[in-house]
Amino acid sequence: MPEPILTIKNLTKKYGENVIFQHLDLTVNEGDTIVIIGPSGTGKSTLLRCINLLTRPDEGQIWLDDMEITAKDCDEDQVRQHIGMVFQNFLLFNHLTALGNVKLGLSKVKKMSDEAATEKAMHELARVGLADRADHYPGQLSGGQQQRVGIARALAMDPRIMLFDEPTSALDPELIGEVLEVMRQLALDGMTMLVVTHEMGFAREVADRIVFMEKGYIVEEGSPDEMFNHPKFPRTREFLWKITELYGKKETDTN
Amino acid sequence: MLTWLGYFERFGQNFLRGAGVTLELTAVGLAIGFVLGLFLALARSYGPKWLQQVAGAYIAVFRGTPLLVQLFIIYYGLPEIGIAFSQNLAAYLALGLNSAAYQAEYLRGSINAIGSAQMQAGRSIGLSKWQTIFYVILPQALRLALPSWSNEPISLLKTTAIVFLIAVQDLMAEGKRAATATFDFVGVYLAVAVVYLVMVFVLDALLKFVERKTKIPGMDIETSR
Ligand SMILES: Nc1ncnc2c1ncn2[C@@H]1O[C@H](COP(=O)(O)OP(=O)(O)OP(=O)(O)O)[C@@H](O)[C@H]1O
Ligand SMILES: [Mg+2]
Repeated sequence: MPEPILTIKNLTKKYGENVIFQHLDLTVNEGDTIVIIGPSGTGKSTLLRCINLLTRPDEGQIWLDDMEITAKDCDEDQVRQHIGMVFQNFLLFNHLTALGNVKLGLSKVKKMSDEAATEKAMHELARVGLADRADHYPGQLSGGQQQRVGIARALAMDPRIMLFDEPTSALDPELIGEVLEVMRQLALDGMTMLVVTHEMGFAREVADRIVFMEKGYIVEEGSPDEMFNHPKFPRTREFLWKITELYGKKETDTN
Repeated sequence: MLTWLGYFERFGQNFLRGAGVTLELTAVGLAIGFVLGLFLALARSYGPKWLQQVAGAYIAVFRGTPLLVQLFIIYYGLPEIGIAFSQNLAAYLALGLNSAAYQAEYLRGSINAIGSAQMQAGRSIGLSKWQTIFYVILPQALRLALPSWSNEPISLLKTTAIVFLIAVQDLMAEGKRAATATFDFVGVYLAVAVVYLVMVFVLDALLKFVERKTKIPGMDIETSR
């Protein structure tokens, strides 16, 4: 039996009168890569922000392993350590080197010694192929490199699950591959991942399940084969067709 | 008139002593203003509602009234309700409390510009709100504020001249004494002006140096999101 790492039940989020999503259920099992797709403004980012408590849902519960993280008495800062987040615009700490970015959480949250934090951070940078850029500042790195530092920064906390919010959509086309390659490797290493992306090549190849969201509802979810070849709903087929057309099938196939 | 250079010989010691006091006033006023200004800026951006309002009111009052009025209230007014300060202490306080309001505005602008995106990034790795403020937002916001904040030390240095009105023995007071002794107001004050000018130049160069030293490599942080 696969163990659920993340369980979302009956989740509702509103901004004022504006209902972003309603009664949403989703389960992510250990080691799974789930890709969420859907048109702009559907609430994908909001869902991720709810999961790592950057915003509060109005109703429903979220469990991380056996802990209900939406509970009133739950320590948010404690929870966030265990949920890695990778942002569309990288959001690196611009005043710190790549190494400093990865180290900060280790020193200040995990309270590691400087030596241990450096060693761990270097290990994570090596994992994303940037050991030789450790002393570069974000402003001295390409977008693709910055995003890989962002991934290393999140990985350093040894999260139970990694959330990716359109990690490649701010990148020039020629830099997308290097980031997807790192993510593909993470999936192979058994990391549990929840990925919002338009990269259909990645979804097809890496995802265990694809979730199609529209207007605040999960329209359909299934394996890549089900979703691409035998979707239940015409909307799913339409959207997948459009997005594949738009973003191409081949661009994510690496070397 | 052409003899004003000679005043440096005759009153050099006094001018030097006065300039020392002026620099002291600037440094202490700037320091009080920075600590309090930083607190006000943080209170306005991250404090509870009531504190945001208190900080806002403080800034509005101290920027909206003349420094001289504030100085006189502190030196002449407060003793009436039993709080008396020495001349120097009153001067430090007035300059510091006033400068705080201006420094708070410089800092608040850049704190807002670094803003909520970096806050999210900090929180996402498990830093607390205040950890994020101290380790992520302030180091960037202070650098971002530096070019415009640099006006404050210069402006404060010149502003200190008003404290001779409560008989603090600063450069201006020394100048006034020398002027009364020689009756050559133009010549003496010209010499005093030169001393102020030199101090401003040195301070300006120092600030430019700090700006260069703290610049983040590869980065104009003004242009970041
Ligand atoms: N802080 C906020 N306050 C009010 N409304 C918000 C806020 N954040 C998001 N929204 C609204 O919620 C809706 C969903 O936004 P969200 O960013 O989650 O969509 P998305 O699916 O991630 O879209 P995209 O593909 O463009 O990133 C949008 O209509 C947006 O305007
Ligand atoms: Mg989004």
